[in-house]
Amino acid sequence: MLELRNITKRFGNVLANDKVNIVVKPGTIHAIVGENGAGKSTAMRIAYGFYKADEGEILVDGHVHDIETPHDAIALGIGMVHQHFMLVDTMTVAENIVLGAEPGSGIALDLVQASFEIRRLSEEFKLAVNPGSVIERLSVGQQQRVELMKALYRHARLLILDEPTAVLTPQEVEEFFSILRRMREQGKTVVIITHKLTEVLAISDEVTVMRDGRVVGRLQTKETNATELARLMVGREVLLRVEKTPAKTGSAELSVRNLSVTVRGGAKPVKDVSLEVRKGEILGIAGVEGNGQTELMEALAGLLSPSQLSGEIRIEDRDITQEGARLRRELGIAHIPEDRHRRGLLLEFDLAENSILGVHYRHPIVAYAGTFLDNGAIRRRAKEILEGFDVRPANPDLPARALSGGNQQKLIIGREFKVDPKLLLVVQPTRGVDIGAIEFIHRKLVGLRDSGCAVLLVSAELEEVMSLSDRLLIIHEGRIVGEVDPKVATIEEIGLLMTRGH
Amino acid sequence: MILLRELLFPLIAVVAAFIVGGILILVIGDNPLQAYGLLFGSALSWPVGIGYTLFYATPLIFTGLAVLVAFRCGLLNIGAEGQLYIGAFATAWVGITLANLSPWLLIPLCFIAAILGGGVWGAIPGVLKARFGSHEVINTIMLNFIAVALLSYFTQYHYKTPGDPIMQTVPIGEGAHIARLGRFIPGLPEFIPLNLAFVLALICCGLVYLFLWRTKWGYELRATGTNPSAAEYGGISVRKQIIVAMTISGALAGMVGINEVLGYRYRYYDGFSDNYGFTGIAVALLGRNHPVGVIISALLFAILQRGGIPVDAFTEHVTKDIVQVLQGTIILFVAAEAFFRGPFAKFGLLNRSKV
Amino acid sequence: MAEIFTISLIWSTIRLTTPLILAALGGMFSERSGVINIALEGMMLAGAFTAAAVTYAVGSPFVGLLAGMGAGMVIAGIHAIACIRYRADQVVTGTAINILMIGVPGFLSGAFFLSSGSTPQIPKEQLIPRTPIMIAFALVPIAWYVLYKTPFGLRLRSVGENPEAADAAGVPVARMRYAGVLLSGILAGIGGAYLSIGQSSLFTRNMTSGRGFIALAALIFGKWRPVQTMLACLLFGLTEAVTIQMQGVVKLPSGEDIPVQFIHMVPYLLTIIVLAGFIGSSRPPKALGIPYQKER
Repeated sequence: MLELRNITKRFGNVLANDKVNIVVKPGTIHAIVGENGAGKSTAMRIAYGFYKADEGEILVDGHVHDIETPHDAIALGIGMVHQHFMLVDTMTVAENIVLGAEPGSGIALDLVQASFEIRRLSEEFKLAVNPGSVIERLSVGQQQRVELMKALYRHARLLILDEPTAVLTPQEVEEFFSILRRMREQGKTVVIITHKLTEVLAISDEVTVMRDGRVVGRLQTKETNATELARLMVGREVLLRVEKTPAKTGSAELSVRNLSVTVRGGAKPVKDVSLEVRKGEILGIAGVEGNGQTELMEALAGLLSPSQLSGEIRIEDRDITQEGARLRRELGIAHIPEDRHRRGLLLEFDLAENSILGVHYRHPIVAYAGTFLDNGAIRRRAKEILEGFDVRPANPDLPARALSGGNQQKLIIGREFKVDPKLLLVVQPTRGVDIGAIEFIHRKLVGLRDSGCAVLLVSAELEEVMSLSDRLLIIHEGRIVGEVDPKVATIEEIGLLMTRGH
Repeated sequence: MILLRELLFPLIAVVAAFIVGGILILVIGDNPLQAYGLLFGSALSWPVGIGYTLFYATPLIFTGLAVLVAFRCGLLNIGAEGQLYIGAFATAWVGITLANLSPWLLIPLCFIAAILGGGVWGAIPGVLKARFGSHEVINTIMLNFIAVALLSYFTQYHYKTPGDPIMQTVPIGEGAHIARLGRFIPGLPEFIPLNLAFVLALICCGLVYLFLWRTKWGYELRATGTNPSAAEYGGISVRKQIIVAMTISGALAGMVGINEVLGYRYRYYDGFSDNYGFTGIAVALLGRNHPVGVIISALLFAILQRGGIPVDAFTEHVTKDIVQVLQGTIILFVAAEAFFRGPFAKFGLLNRSKV
Repeated sequence: MAEIFTISLIWSTIRLTTPLILAALGGMFSERSGVINIALEGMMLAGAFTAAAVTYAVGSPFVGLLAGMGAGMVIAGIHAIACIRYRADQVVTGTAINILMIGVPGFLSGAFFLSSGSTPQIPKEQLIPRTPIMIAFALVPIAWYVLYKTPFGLRLRSVGENPEAADAAGVPVARMRYAGVLLSGILAGIGGAYLSIGQSSLFTRNMTSGRGFIALAALIFGKWRPVQTMLACLLFGLTEAVTIQMQGVVKLPSGEDIPVQFIHMVPYLLTIIVLAGFIGSSRPPKALGIPYQKER
């Protein structure tokens, strides 16, 4: 059905796809697995005409085609559901579905006929999509079904799904998989991009494994297992053991009581969370992404408006629920944010200026008359961070934008460690970071904990939280649904809590 | 090298605009070289040309700085026009109401009035954005018109000499006059209105530089401008920064009033601004949003303004409208810088990693 | 007070509203496609000057009107190329065009008519005082239909809300935006032409005197929707008509004129209030002002 031959794609200096060969057979569900940044999405976006390959060719039904735009792909019967939905929020389901493939004449939009067709498809695949609803009022699961419908409406024979389950609840995932199976029965071909091995094994017929922009394995799902796939994905035996001594915990540094977060629109991503982080321990929070981790950590860091919070957040004995980020920092909270480009760095600023964010108004950075910045002190601090955390190149005059992802992350970590925090909030510390840097970051985190700092760690990488944490909480749909001892708990046990809730 | 890169594209934009203007002059049957010769020759002649050029540059430095400060906080202040009117009227009002005060008191009070007037008018869109999230561009446009209407009312109904056909206020007290530079510079006649406000404008360039790049407040303002989410993460109140930036921006624009009222006309003249506020956008943009760049580009625009007059008089067809044509074209080219980057990248002239 | 609310007031309101509707509906097409258009003022000036100049030269106001539309479109084309192709800041580009268009008509009239900034008087029988009015009001339902009931409108709205989604659905984002901006130039051009060869009989320097901005205000006040925008234009047109009628007619008890300046402020104040969310929320198209670029 679809074949990529020797596809190569560069973004600037980054080689995203390196001679990628993928063969998708008609009428199958084909999984493409790999870690974040392995090049899975890039390859499929090329197949869909969203990017243009630097080299290589694309075959559809055995013939080479020039797929320049999504339009070309659609004409060839290829549909794609992106990880971030491509829907216009303010328009209706029907309008979204017909967009770009409008029925009726050029001067009159025939939404009646379209709605009829949408209902028919909705019946056929049991999608339960109402053409008249406005997108922004639909749940995430419903929006995803609109995306599927968009592709089906255009007579897609091949559907590419980019991380479709990342945003779904376990029930929705089940339902979603049964939709995919129905599609296969109707003769459709499905490509599913994912990094979740359980899902690969549950749904696919064939698997292509990618790592660092290359294809490293082509397997029949029936003939493989999770261990083999995991080894192919990371390129070595999965061995993420962090050397650490038992925690010497002290009194509670952070106590959270019945914390709930309400966002605009009334949704509550965090519900009634209570937890305690003690001095000298790493408390991990495991969970499928999008289950309230982001909001919980932002609430603790003081980045949400107090009016969004209910419950109580305490640092030692002080209630800080109503306080902003600045005071919380002054009380010893440091924060390694989830999204380093959005939150953690001033990309246009140089490394020296980035190294003082958060302490830029305090002694010793501010020296004269409580107003003027002391350039000498700034550069000294920057140098210490760049050297102490092995940021390369260690040139304080470079803009942060010029660093690689791993070095940017080390810069942030160095900056946050530099304030000698009492409590460190850390989210996805090693996302998009190379293996060497991961180990470095892990050692640093353990070192900080050994010095008596309380660490609250959120990570989507189960192995990371399991190996780093002294205690492990599991979050699901904004609630803490269990606590396990990471030394004795199994991945299966935690996985079950993460996905089912109980 | 960095300096060269910063200068390259503004320079190209200016040259390209002059080429476009030259073609237009050619089309209507005049000699572009003669026109440009007249333009620069007269604007750069000593003492009258240069004196007037520097006088015209003064308001443009203020408005350029105003746009720069807002821009560094990620805001586009196209309300400098309204802010400078309010500043000018405020300073005139103090100069009229307290006319009999000693100059030692009156001049500082007039300065403060200009700064406060512009600052308050700039703060309004700042507060509206911080509080309600409404876009500063639209609000500043609207406030320009409101300022014009408001001041025309006050001038017409309260501060005009009765019977005066010109829309202008009564004169300010003599104690509020600031010195013309002709008094200090030998050879510069005193009829040229170039005054101490020019020196003040240069001082403001230095102060803005110090503020933005050497103080903690400037750091916070610039951090908010490049990435508000990260600024918030660093404990910076984005809302506060928006209000601060717009207030400072407005105050700088308001200082145009010092030049206009205290140094030139000695009264408030309704509608005096020759698009200074809008030209300020061009000045800041062409000056790469840096105080030194602002001085250079303000001088360029002032040359155009001064040089336009003889061009009008001594060429067959070209009118002083060529000034606006050139100004508009320069801004257009600076804004659409990618237009020039394209060919440069193609010929490998911009060999630098994409930082 | 009663003497000012007459037929002539209604008529005057309609005449004053016409250029606003034309420019505001134009702005709507541009902004709904995601391109901020503060250059309406400049586009109107281009239309006004060209229409007057061509009508004077050719003797036919309809040729003049077409030329005015063409001129608006050319200026819009400059805005579009800068904003879409070269991803220039849309507000800055708009400002540049407004400054440019203060200069260009004067420059050309100085060269061709040997006057500074105005065109020669056009004979009365060569004016079109009615046609643009009919065009303007007829355009409101047409614009509504185009925006909500045609594939073109659906696509235009989609690129203004979420260009990435539109792109993924196979909609050519850049082409739609060009269409939106060019339409705005054509309509603003008619609006400008009406000022010079409809309402009056020549072009004078800066004759739009801020109408492009009032149109923008009306567009925001009308929440980027055609019918509401027309109503906003009527409101702003009415305030202007009232000020004109009141001058010298209505006095304060003290015997002085009522200051017209306060009535002038009404459209601008209303816009600020609406934008702040005091009268319902006015939500601009989500991608307004953001150049669309994807990595290739």
